Amino acid sequence: MSIDLLQFALVLAAMAALVVVAGRWLTHVLTDTAHALPERLTYRLLGVDAGSGMDWKRYGLALVLSNAAMMLLGYALLRVQSLLPFDALQRPSQTPDLAFNTAASFITNTNWQSYSGESSLSNFSQMAVITFLMTVSAASGIAGCAAFIRGLAQREARDVGNYWVDFTRVTWRVLLPACLLLSLVYVWQGMPQTLASSVDATTLEGITQHIVTGPVASLEAIKHIGTNGGGFFGMNAAHPFENPTPLTNTLHMLAMFLVPSALTYAFGRMLMRRRQGWAFLAAFVVMFVGFLCVVYTAEQHGNPAFAGMGIDQQASTMQAGGNMEGKETRFGIAQTSAFVAVTTAATTGSVDAMHDSLTPLGGLVPLSLMMLNDVFGGVGVGFINLVAYAILTVFLVGMMIGRTPEFLGKKIEAREIKYVMIAVLAHPFCILGFTALAAVWPDAPASLANMGPHGFSELIYAYTSGTANNGSAFAGLNANTPFFNTTIGLAMLLGRYFTLLPMLAVAGSLATKRNVPESQGTLPTATPLFTGLLIFVILVVGGLTFLPALALGPIVEHLAMLAGQTF
Amino acid sequence: MTSSLVRPVLVSAVLFMAVTGLGYPLASTALAKAFFPRQASGSLVTHGGATIGSTVIGQDFHRPDYFHPRPSITGNTSYDAASSGASNLGPTSRKLLDSVRDRAHAYRKENGLAADASVPVDAVTASASGLDPDITLANAHAQAARVAGQRHLPLPRVVALIDAQATGRQLGLLGEPRVNVLALNLALDATASGGTP
Repeated sequence: MSIDLLQFALVLAAMAALVVVAGRWLTHVLTDTAHALPERLTYRLLGVDAGSGMDWKRYGLALVLSNAAMMLLGYALLRVQSLLPFDALQRPSQTPDLAFNTAASFITNTNWQSYSGESSLSNFSQMAVITFLMTVSAASGIAGCAAFIRGLAQREARDVGNYWVDFTRVTWRVLLPACLLLSLVYVWQGMPQTLASSVDATTLEGITQHIVTGPVASLEAIKHIGTNGGGFFGMNAAHPFENPTPLTNTLHMLAMFLVPSALTYAFGRMLMRRRQGWAFLAAFVVMFVGFLCVVYTAEQHGNPAFAGMGIDQQASTMQAGGNMEGKETRFGIAQTSAFVAVTTAATTGSVDAMHDSLTPLGGLVPLSLMMLNDVFGGVGVGFINLVAYAILTVFLVGMMIGRTPEFLGKKIEAREIKYVMIAVLAHPFCILGFTALAAVWPDAPASLANMGPHGFSELIYAYTSGTANNGSAFAGLNANTPFFNTTIGLAMLLGRYFTLLPMLAVAGSLATKRNVPESQGTLPTATPLFTGLLIFVILVVGGLTFLPALALGPIVEHLAMLAGQTF
Repeated sequence: MTSSLVRPVLVSAVLFMAVTGLGYPLASTALAKAFFPRQASGSLVTHGGATIGSTVIGQDFHRPDYFHPRPSITGNTSYDAASSGASNLGPTSRKLLDSVRDRAHAYRKENGLAADASVPVDAVTASASGLDPDITLANAHAQAARVAGQRHLPLPRVVALIDAQATGRQLGLLGEPRVNVLALNLALDATASGGTP
């Protein structure tokens, strides 16, 4: 128990140390006036003028159009996979609905997978489609966040930066060097990095084992640093090749937190409001620790139905105990629980255990974190969501004290609140709407692996994961059907762009405003009181929206489990 | 407004596909091969000149004189390293509870345990990858008497072998203590043929 808590403390402490280092670097990259050589070459090839600024509309348009082109390229490559090199296993091309789902999934940083990597993708596709889309979706997310922060920092101006410059710099200076370094550490720990598709072994008992290999480490590095999440193998980061040791598990977690937490620091520095950055980070950490406690306790407690069968789930020096269905021995309960919370908080979607087999309350945690979608959140977007809630908090408090709400020295008016509400409502609308549709769709129940309330959880988890651009799954659900591929694909696109674009509009609108000097009536937003209010607003809005749906899934399942009911 | 975006949009897609989708993974592959050739190709184990598996990937053992890994649900057979898999059954699933009950029964019978003896949870639950290379120390100790009997080795010797092959927490802190089944069985074979473990 105490060593488990020590592991949690280590992860949080290492994250805090990395916040400052990575935050400074990110600030430098986003504000530097000089362009490095590879960047200048890139601008020349693209034919763009690095010195010119963009207003939020043009910035957003460049982001959406370039993402669309990249998604189409990825789609095309998946459709002609069988004609491309590097595949001794001759895996076929993906079908149109599956290739749409895959391309939409990876360009939106969701990385939901309706396919199983080892049987469906060649090593060429793993690199030129998956690794490529993982990198550029992360770079787009960080760029979008940079424009957003600049919008907040600007006064009476329209310029929120140049998309091509942000995108190019983040890729060349942050993502590629960090990933190359991390991939080598991963190989050292036992991840394969090779172009060979498979190796045949003959076990000690004379059985032939086909071991699928490939360029795993380079994919794993960007998968976690870019909070992407799609696995090289079907079983994702639970597969020993994707996560060979507890150290790689810990590095995965730190890599997932790296950019989302560093962005709070970069935000503080770029706005000259460092305390504000720390106040936001504090909101992240408080909510994260609360959820971690729930999943750890629930999983360590195990499955009460096992007790009657004489199965020992007690933690001791000889075993981790707890609910070990769908978990790996090397991670036990502590490393697994931390990973469950981190991967859904940072909306990565990488999994080192099967979330479908978590206890009901354990499974409630990843679901809730994705529904809130702003406890750390994905690269760039999570931070934007948090600011959306901060604006909402300022607005609500402003109503209570009868003053015009102000945030970061700008007046918040009807226009901003309208955009914020679109961003805040798009999320539950998408999740609950599609879940309701799936619940009455005639063919949907055939895809479920579990019956009763757990089956409903599988459905709502799929659309929550898609909309939150997470990508993890209650993987018992067979989502590779035209209905699920299409609806989850749409949920991913709506979830990404209908939160990102309205918030860019907010930033664009704030950028043009004059600064209001702080007065007696200004609510200070960098205080513990405000952080507390912010968490309260997030939990109230999230709770009011999602509790009824959660009651039909994990909550009723928990009660059934305690009553000894099975399905 | 949009016409000036055509070139950067198209060029950036192809350029960044080449840089991040080919340049980066290929550079990583070349460096990995230079610095960590064993791990880069899959941490393969050779025995008597033949490849017998990978240290990080679990493999199946049925023979009673070997230690057995955890239950595995992969592809068509257990421990299929070309098709990782898990049960994905929730805790209230009748299917899950039935298979756990059956596995516990089989485990007790196989290891000569009493009908009410408690069984380590990892021995009756399927792992997440279906390729878990490790078992807990509790699971290994519960199998020790069977293996010792089958190999006509004194029990303390087999127990000592488990302890010698056990992996502690990484850096003294991370993860869980465990034992790699393939490494343990290889050590067992070395002992039986007169070598020192």
